[in-house]
This record gives sequence, structure tokens and C-alpha cells, in this order.
Amino acid sequence: MPPEQHVLDVNNLHKIYAADIVAVDRISFHVARNEIVGLLGPNGAGKTTTINMILGVLTPTSGSIRIDGIDIARDRRHALERTNFAAVYAVLPGNLTIEENLRVFGMLYGVARLQQRIDTVVERFDLAYLRNRRTGVLSSGEQTRVSLAKAFLNEPKLLLLDEPTASLDPAAADDVRRRIRAYADEANVGILWTSHNMYEVAEVCQRVLFLSHGSVLLEGDPRTLPSEHGHKTLEELFITVAREPLTLAAP
Amino acid sequence: MSRRRIAAVVLRQFYLMRGSIARVLPLFIWVAVDMVLWGFITRYLNAISRAGLDFVPTLLGAVLLWDYFTRVMQGVTITFLEDVWSRNFLNLFATPISIGEYVTGLIVSSLLTSALGLVVMLVLATLFFGLSFLGYGAALIPFLLILVIFGLALGVVGSAVVLRLGPASEWFIWPIPALVAPFAGVFYPISTLPTWMQYVGRMLPPAPVFEGLRGIVAGRGVSMPALAWGAALAIAYLVAACLIFGAVYRHAARVGLIARYSAESPG
Repeated sequence: MPPEQHVLDVNNLHKIYAADIVAVDRISFHVARNEIVGLLGPNGAGKTTTINMILGVLTPTSGSIRIDGIDIARDRRHALERTNFAAVYAVLPGNLTIEENLRVFGMLYGVARLQQRIDTVVERFDLAYLRNRRTGVLSSGEQTRVSLAKAFLNEPKLLLLDEPTASLDPAAADDVRRRIRAYADEANVGILWTSHNMYEVAEVCQRVLFLSHGSVLLEGDPRTLPSEHGHKTLEELFITVAREPLTLAAP
Repeated sequence: MSRRRIAAVVLRQFYLMRGSIARVLPLFIWVAVDMVLWGFITRYLNAISRAGLDFVPTLLGAVLLWDYFTRVMQGVTITFLEDVWSRNFLNLFATPISIGEYVTGLIVSSLLTSALGLVVMLVLATLFFGLSFLGYGAALIPFLLILVIFGLALGVVGSAVVLRLGPASEWFIWPIPALVAPFAGVFYPISTLPTWMQYVGRMLPPAPVFEGLRGIVAGRGVSMPALAWGAALAIAYLVAACLIFGAVYRHAARVGLIARYSAESPG
């Protein structure tokens, strides 16, 4: 796929914390428009570190990140105007209402025709009846929908979803997945999605990257990748990546 | 700089205040209490003073200006701490907002909220204790400007300290005005102080303000070079404070503190 169709290009991305802890070890990958890519791996593999670097809140030790062709190190503002995210650990301020949160973040992202846009995402994520309620008093499912409404507010080219359904029951998770997929199809957005739910990954992702110890260990179609490596399911493959990564061939 | 992003920081603070009496009352309740307390103290001092001195313009005026300075500083830090308390750093700094826009938003919020405290203090001091703020003349403008700029500088530095050391360090910043006051000569000439404290006092922008205030009341007038020195110092401190905040932010982004700012600093 030609690079001009990529919404995210990560090149030789490397992150070393103090005491020479290598969190991400020179990884390269891309996400294309209209593509949902799963970023998988055991805890501590480097998924959230990678996402934080793409979000511009963590400075890489070396390497480059281009969002919609814009190098985030050179032009952070324009790169981040094209990006948004939702994560289970990053709920919106609970002391503001949904409407207030969306207005503040809409202004921060420079959203044009903001009121119209707020109405659209509130409607899309079924939040109209809650829009004047403080987000801190909402249920986990409602808070997840609010985070997603924020994530789609600026019509991002690149959407980062870090375990977006982690705190939800299966029915609520299914509902959230359907909403994300429906909206992603319309909005022509590229999505990088992390999850520990392999059923979810197989259902929504067109391609997955397995991270282990900060490196990309495997890459491929989640529906065929397990059998290519002698496993029946993606979950079995995940367990092998977590426990015996050396038994798997690097890409 | 985007005015819309700066306005977003201010709007967030407005939303918080609109929905919370606990946030609105502290803007003026403590300064009002101070005005009442010091108003009666000055009345008592006027009554027992045989020299016929009027303590209202010196003591009550000094308290008013110092409380305003404190409100300006706290206006910055409280706006910043709202992001700490609501664990909002990841959401906030993943947006296109720049550090310059964020700090400007903190400053504008502070100027607006501290103005409310100033109005309440002026009303109380004028109506109940006969303080004539206009009696200080045109020097009042540089007095206020110097205190505002220095208050903003301390607020930005205090925010940088919390960003660097973690949420628990917010208790370092509350006593800063009380620590500065003895050196700044708020209630007495800095010549009263030991020599080493005088050196510190001369490096503090509020010192010439309060010297000037006492000079006006005593009929000596204001030393314009001293005020110019105070203004230059205040501007230098504000610039330095913004640079420090930027450096602390870059460090925080390097060590991963922005993304995980709910525990203590990783160092």
C-alpha cells in the first residue's frame, strides 16, 4: 500500500526509560485509511508506550511518527488536530457535564461548527439524554461512550483506542464495537486498537501486530495468523507470544 | 497561539465555578475576612495612637495589595491543579494545545478570578473602613501591575513544581506568599530586616511597591527608579517561570510523567 494512503507511519520508534529500560525497540509499522489494526501483546510489551508517543505525550528516544503525512516532532499541532483517542484509563473530567467536556475539548481540537458536531456525536453515541449530566456520575459503559464521543469529535484521520471495552460487560462491549465500526466506516478513519480480548480483535481488526518486549514479533491477518503459527485460535497464539516468544519467528 | 485553545482553558474554569459554590466562595471569602480583621486592627491602632497616625492607608492598603497578589498566584495554581485533581493531563496534552497556550490560559483565568477578589476587598475596605484606594494616585497602576506579574510568575513556578514532583507536592505552593511576605517588607521597611534578609528583599518585586505605598502615605512620594526595578524584576521572573514550566513539561514528556500523572513523580 503506497505511503500516501497511510494515516500513520511509525519508523524505527525507540524508547528507553531511565536505568536503560527499553520499552519500545525500534518498531516500524503503518495504519492505512479505513483500516483497523490491532496492537497486541502481554502487559509491559510496549503497547501503551507506543500509543503515548503517537499521542505526543511521551517523547521518543529516536525514530519518527507521521500522522496523515505530518511529522509530529516537527508540527505537533497539525499532527494532533488529525488524531484523537479513547482509553479506559483516561476518562474525561468527572466534574464537568458531557456537553461541557465536549465543548472544551472541541475548542482544544479546533473543531469547526462545534455545536453541530457535539449534537452529532452525542446522538451517535446515544448520549442525548445524559448530555447535562456530570461525567463522574455515569456508569462505566456511559463513560466509555462519552470518551468515544470525544474521540470522534474532531473527525480524526487517526484514532487510537487503548482497550476501549476493558471495563464493559459483553453486551455493552458489543454495542460499543458496533458503534465504533459503523462510525469508522463512514468517517474513513484509520484505527489503532489495543485489546486483551482476542475475540474482539478477531472481530474488528483487519490486521494485527504482536508486540513482545518492545519489538514487533508477528504481523498479519488475525483470522489466518494463528494457523500460520500452528495454533487454533488467536488467544492460543497470544499466550505463546506472552510465554515463549522465542519459539515464534520474527517477521 | 490559538485564542480558541486559550479560551478553552478559561471556559473549563468558568464551567467548574458555575457549578460549584465551593470554588466560588474562596475567591473572595478569605480576602473579605482579612479585610474585616485588619480593618478593625487599624481602627484600634488609630484609636490608641497618640501621634494621630492613620494606619488605614498603610496597613489596610498593604493587606489589600498583598491579598490581591496572593489571589493572582493562587488563581494560576488552582486552575492548574484542577487538571491534577481530575487526572486530565493525558486528555489535555494529547490535544493540539501548546504549552504557551496552556500557560496563557492559566494566566487569563487567574486575572479574571482574582479581579473578583479585588472588587470585594475594595468595596469592604472603602465602605466600612474608609480606605481611599485612589489616594495612592497614579502610582497605584504600577503597584498593581508589579504585584500581578510577580503573582503570575510564582503561580506558574508553583505549577511547575507540582508537575515535576507529583500531586502531593501541592502543599509546597500554598505557603509561598507567607514565605515571601517577611522579605518583601509588606508591613515594615526592609531596612528593619537583618542585612541578609534585605539582600533577598531587594530581589523581590513587591518590596518597592510597599516601600512606595508607605512613601506616599508619609508624603515622600514614590521612587520611580525603584518601581522600574521592581517591574523589570517581575517581568524577568515571569519569563523565567514560563521557561521553567516549559522545561519541566519537556522533562515530564521524556520520562512518561504526563501519561501517568496520578502517582508520584518517577524522578
